[in-house]
Amino acid sequence: MTALKLTNVCKSFGEVEVLRDINLEVEDGEFVVFVGPSGCGKSTLLRVISGLEDATSGTIEIGADIVNQVSPSKRGIAMVFQSYALYPHLTVRDNMALALKQERKPKDEIAERVAEAARMLSLGDYLDRRPSELSGGQRQRVAIGRAVVREPKLFLFDEPLSNLDAALRMNTRLEIARLHRQLSASMIYVTHDQTEAMTLADKIVVLKDGHVEQVGAPIEVYNNPANRFVAEFIGSPAMNFIPAERLGGVAGQQIGVRPEYSKIGETGRIEGQVIHVEKLGGDTNILVDVGSSSTFTARMFGQYEIETGSHIGIDFEDAHCLRFDAQGNRV
Amino acid sequence: MNKARRNPLNTALAHVVLITYTVIALFPVFVILINSFKTRKAIFREPLAMPNADSFSLIGYQTVLKQGDFFLYFQNSMIVTVATLFFVLLFGAMAAFALAEYRFKGNTLMGLYLALGIMIPIRIGTVAILDLMVSTGLVNTLMALILVYTAQGLPLAVFILSEFMRQVSDDLKNAGRIDGLSEYTIFFRLVLPLVRPSLATVAVFNMIPIWNDLWFPLILAPAEATKTLTLGSQVFIGQFVTDWNAVLSALSMAILPVMILYMIFSRQLIRGITSGAVK
Repeated sequence: MTALKLTNVCKSFGEVEVLRDINLEVEDGEFVVFVGPSGCGKSTLLRVISGLEDATSGTIEIGADIVNQVSPSKRGIAMVFQSYALYPHLTVRDNMALALKQERKPKDEIAERVAEAARMLSLGDYLDRRPSELSGGQRQRVAIGRAVVREPKLFLFDEPLSNLDAALRMNTRLEIARLHRQLSASMIYVTHDQTEAMTLADKIVVLKDGHVEQVGAPIEVYNNPANRFVAEFIGSPAMNFIPAERLGGVAGQQIGVRPEYSKIGETGRIEGQVIHVEKLGGDTNILVDVGSSSTFTARMFGQYEIETGSHIGIDFEDAHCLRFDAQGNRV
Repeated sequence: MNKARRNPLNTALAHVVLITYTVIALFPVFVILINSFKTRKAIFREPLAMPNADSFSLIGYQTVLKQGDFFLYFQNSMIVTVATLFFVLLFGAMAAFALAEYRFKGNTLMGLYLALGIMIPIRIGTVAILDLMVSTGLVNTLMALILVYTAQGLPLAVFILSEFMRQVSDDLKNAGRIDGLSEYTIFFRLVLPLVRPSLATVAVFNMIPIWNDLWFPLILAPAEATKTLTLGSQVFIGQFVTDWNAVLSALSMAILPVMILYMIFSRQLIRGITSGAVK
């Protein structure tokens, strides 16, 4: 069954078109991540799905019902916000219980569901505290708990980890993944962080300027980008692009090579001067000026001692080369 | 910032400036208070002297309490001020919320129109207002004063509050919407508590001019039953003879309620439960 189906969804604010013709299906239990640069419309799309914004045209179906005219609270969704958005005057317990109270659920059921969510997110000790007495990570867990108690058909996460520091981000990411397995609920997750997208998603949706560029499993999108934008956006360090002519290809085309597929040596298919070396311990990133508009990054596993300014050659196999035409489409 | 604060010279200087200002501001109040406890002769002989055994007298307070219905005046002033503040805050906050929260045609224009009232003194319309009050039969009622003061206070209230409402996190309001709260609940339960300090600011701004106003009570509600404190005190100021004891005593007593109201609001200014709501 499909948890969510978008058909030709458009959204414009006055003259400005923010979303153009979005078609998307989310299967039951699927974890879908929207990624894209800032301003690409991913958060707006989430708001349209939640009902906080109305779609200008197109239909939104959640669990087989068309919900265009349904208010956010009746769509069977729950949302987790970047800024947590906890009610400051309520305790953790009341924060989680509020939506259920609004639905006039019986008291013992509310208590049971809150206790269950608190256990799942290990919030048991904090139930009687107020949000101001919690740390950032705890607040985000409460926000997630508030979504969990509603037992929604669809979870919406709007950059939930952006306000957390790196260590907490990792922990909370694992927690969200675990939650997804436990609840086997459908989730939509908006982020601009590639690691989150790659690690959490069953399906990645890459957006640019309000348009879906590609939909697919993370590895599929990584290995087989539909166009130059997706190739450049997914993967860090970003893919290298070299004019095809330099390698004896068709004029006007570009050849893309992922940094980790390159080998360095005295000579190679292309050569240039090392302008910077990033030693990350596990990997070494070598930035080489190869005379094209952008630098070439070679990512080597292990530790390398390379002088800045030295001349090196870079080799890569044809199997790892992706070709793009002048419009940026895959050839 | 911290460095400047720790510098003892800066601290001392800041305190000197603040204390000087406080002394200047409190001096007239102080003079009124001490003279209200002196005999008439003593007031004129040495206006700045403290009351002593010789000059001490409660004659002013006795006159005030005997003559005229002072408790009624107090009550009238209190009713007018409190009711006005209630309406200004309620309607001002509601209008501000609508302007800050909803996108609709003419939003900016409406905001400007409401703010225009800040620049036009309401007293210019006194004749028209009196006309209106006469034809609606509201002359010599407290309602007339409440309506006029509410109109007078709303523009600034809307202007200040809509600025603050814009700062309330959108996520918080949206979380409420997803949890099924109505727009009214979101307004009263989520937004108002968060802008409480700005409500207190607006209340203080409005309260003092209303409490002290002589113009509209004199024109719209001069009847004995609806006299406000300021208007009531005027009976002691005559064209030829002024009963200074009574005037000073009346003024001293008039300070008290407004001070109590101010203290209530200023506590709200300081208290903040917003920390930790978002971020």
